[in-house]
Amino acid sequence: MSEKRLDEETGQYTTGHSYDGIEELNTPLPRWWLWTFYATIIWGLAYTIAYPAWPMVSGATAGVLGWSTRANVAEDIVEHEAQNAALVQELVGAELASVEPGSDLHRYATARGGAVFRAQCSQCHGSGAAGAMGYPNLLDNDWLWGGTIDDIAYTVAHGIRNETSDARYSEMPAFGEVLSSGEIAALVAHVQALPQGAGGEGETLFLDNCAACHGEQGEGMRDLGAPNLGDAIWLYGGDDATLTETIANARFGVMPAWGQRLSEADVRAVSLYVHSLGGGE
Amino acid sequence: MSDSSTPLYSAREPVFPRRVSGRFRTLKWWIMGITLGIYYLTPWLRWDRGPNLPDQAVLIDLAGRRFYFLWIEIWPHEFYFVAGLLIMAGLGLFLFTSALGRVWCGYTCPQTVWTDLFILVERWIEGDRNARIRLHNAKWDAHKARLRVTKYAVWLLIAMATGGAWVFYFADAPTLAWQLLTFSAHPVAYMTIAVLTATTFIFGGLMREQVCIYMCPWPRIQGAMMDPDTLTVGYRAWRGEPRAKGKRRRDMEQAERIATEEAARGRGAPAYRSTPYPGALREAPLELAAGEDVTLNTGPGDCIDCMACVNVCPMGIDIRKGQQMECITCALCIDACDEVMEKIGKPRGLIDYLALSDEALERAGGKPKPIWKHVLRPRTLFYTALWSLIGFAMVYALFIRPEIDLTVAPVRNPTFVMLSDGSIRNTYDVRLRNKHGEERPFRLTAHGDPAYRISLEGSVFETVTVPANETRLQRVYVTVPPGADPASSDVSEIRFWVEDLTNGERAFKDSTFNGQEAQ
Repeated sequence: MSEKRLDEETGQYTTGHSYDGIEELNTPLPRWWLWTFYATIIWGLAYTIAYPAWPMVSGATAGVLGWSTRANVAEDIVEHEAQNAALVQELVGAELASVEPGSDLHRYATARGGAVFRAQCSQCHGSGAAGAMGYPNLLDNDWLWGGTIDDIAYTVAHGIRNETSDARYSEMPAFGEVLSSGEIAALVAHVQALPQGAGGEGETLFLDNCAACHGEQGEGMRDLGAPNLGDAIWLYGGDDATLTETIANARFGVMPAWGQRLSEADVRAVSLYVHSLGGGE
Repeated sequence: MSDSSTPLYSAREPVFPRRVSGRFRTLKWWIMGITLGIYYLTPWLRWDRGPNLPDQAVLIDLAGRRFYFLWIEIWPHEFYFVAGLLIMAGLGLFLFTSALGRVWCGYTCPQTVWTDLFILVERWIEGDRNARIRLHNAKWDAHKARLRVTKYAVWLLIAMATGGAWVFYFADAPTLAWQLLTFSAHPVAYMTIAVLTATTFIFGGLMREQVCIYMCPWPRIQGAMMDPDTLTVGYRAWRGEPRAKGKRRRDMEQAERIATEEAARGRGAPAYRSTPYPGALREAPLELAAGEDVTLNTGPGDCIDCMACVNVCPMGIDIRKGQQMECITCALCIDACDEVMEKIGKPRGLIDYLALSDEALERAGGKPKPIWKHVLRPRTLFYTALWSLIGFAMVYALFIRPEIDLTVAPVRNPTFVMLSDGSIRNTYDVRLRNKHGEERPFRLTAHGDPAYRISLEGSVFETVTVPANETRLQRVYVTVPPGADPASSDVSEIRFWVEDLTNGERAFKDSTFNGQEAQ
């Protein structure tokens, strides 16, 4: 440490640091810069008091202005709802079957229904509504419980085989307890060949055990959600192993009653959306 | 900072261009009038396009994503027309720069045109060069304040009109004008006008030549595009030098006269060379040994050093110093010098459009190559050919483009759907464009395999009505019965045709059909 001295070349004082004779000039920050810096510190402190900032054990300080992003979103949603209030009212009051495709109401409902579908339904039925094993494809023209707009709306609102009293309900027995494996094999062969059928033992077994719900030609019965066994579409699969499994242990596909979780408008919107996917009747 | 280093910043030397008249000034007045007229008046031109379309001849409808230009309407997907115009503008600049130097800068650049207009106003209010210099140096008093305030007020009005005209290109001009006057226009309109008013005022009134020198990249780029054959504004130093005026000039002239008379009487050598005017080859070319030339005396050149060329220059430079980055080739110095040459009885063209490749020839008193030989060169012809090619391609594209159009996006989630009878169905999102001013019925058909059956979502018909000047999204199903080729194969070709049922106009798009193997 040497003496702080006035450097003649520059007219500034040195800091007093000297390394091997090399000295350092003391060039202070400009005043305006310093004051701006202090101002930003004060601003920063004031900002953290006014707005949510400091992390605490659970959550953060709320800030004296009471500002929150959640509240903003809630406001936006309220505003959005208000903008569409007329359409929502129309949707809730409408006769679903008479909503014209291409009308404003239909466009609004399918857009809203699409959003509901992606949030609530896509987990089982797929984001493109193509379904999966055990979860019906909603794009095709094969409907277990009916494909008119009112059928779909009822299914969405009340669900299938759930705990609610209005749910669509049916139960296939597990024939593994009743039939021998040989009989089941014959039945599988017959079912795979429907609507003509393989005849013989399989046909007899089918007429005795299955036709009550599935129909004599396996054409199915929508009131009971009994699938058409003669068409090209299998919900669980049409190969030997899967059919054997289905007949022996039965299936019990469940769908929640969305009427309990969604608003009436959402139920109607998602029904119109599903109906518009190409399979609606 | 120590005293020895020079500062990096140099203050602006104010420029007070003098009034000048002549061929190029007249040409520039005309160009200014036409370009400003086009800019200010175009938004007010009307063009009837039918009841559903705007009736403004030139309109950039950003909200509706349409560009209307007279009978042409450009949609966003046709943005390549704009790209083509930009390429043509670029090539045009190459062409003009290689042929005529910085002709864009000197005549048509908005900076030049508006600066010219602002200088005109300045001259009307404050007087010509000398009066303005006096005013500039005068102390502030009521007179100076009055002139300055008047000048700034007129400039501000021009600037506001300029900023105001700009926004009219983006909305219906009469409606917007009324909204602006009643303060009911959108804030963006006011902000745009404010910003453009400020830039016009500052660039045209206060910064002027500094924009060209410090802000604009063109002086650098255009310098690189010129070659020795390029016609540009230059000073014939071989004719003008040594410049002289006043007593010195008179002395030099007298010395030359005496020597010439002596030589004529047979006494002494012809000690003076004649001025190398273009096309005035010496009667008897001097046979000189190498190095002997310097012994010849030189009479005074044609330049009388009157500074007219400097005084009229809006860039504040001296063209006699040669090619300079600051020179925008506005050619006002040519007018100024020609005026002077006429007064002193010398030929015009001491300052002139000339090509540097002619210099050697002209120094020897030869005639410069004709202008067309400078302009018509392989390089400029190549640029012209390229420019025209793109121009023709765009005009062709403009004429063959259909008034109806479609895009087809196959739905990939899932790639296909099997129906209960085993049929395979593919779904497509088809966007149908109707560029007409009224709604049109469009019929969609699918081709490529006889098994294709088309149906439209939400309709039992194959016809869909598309509203005027809109795009309609229509979901389309194509179904193929089990066993048919497209159903069992992987991917098949499919072509969608759309037909305008009112006039039979057709357009198509190709897509693919996914069969069962496509999994």
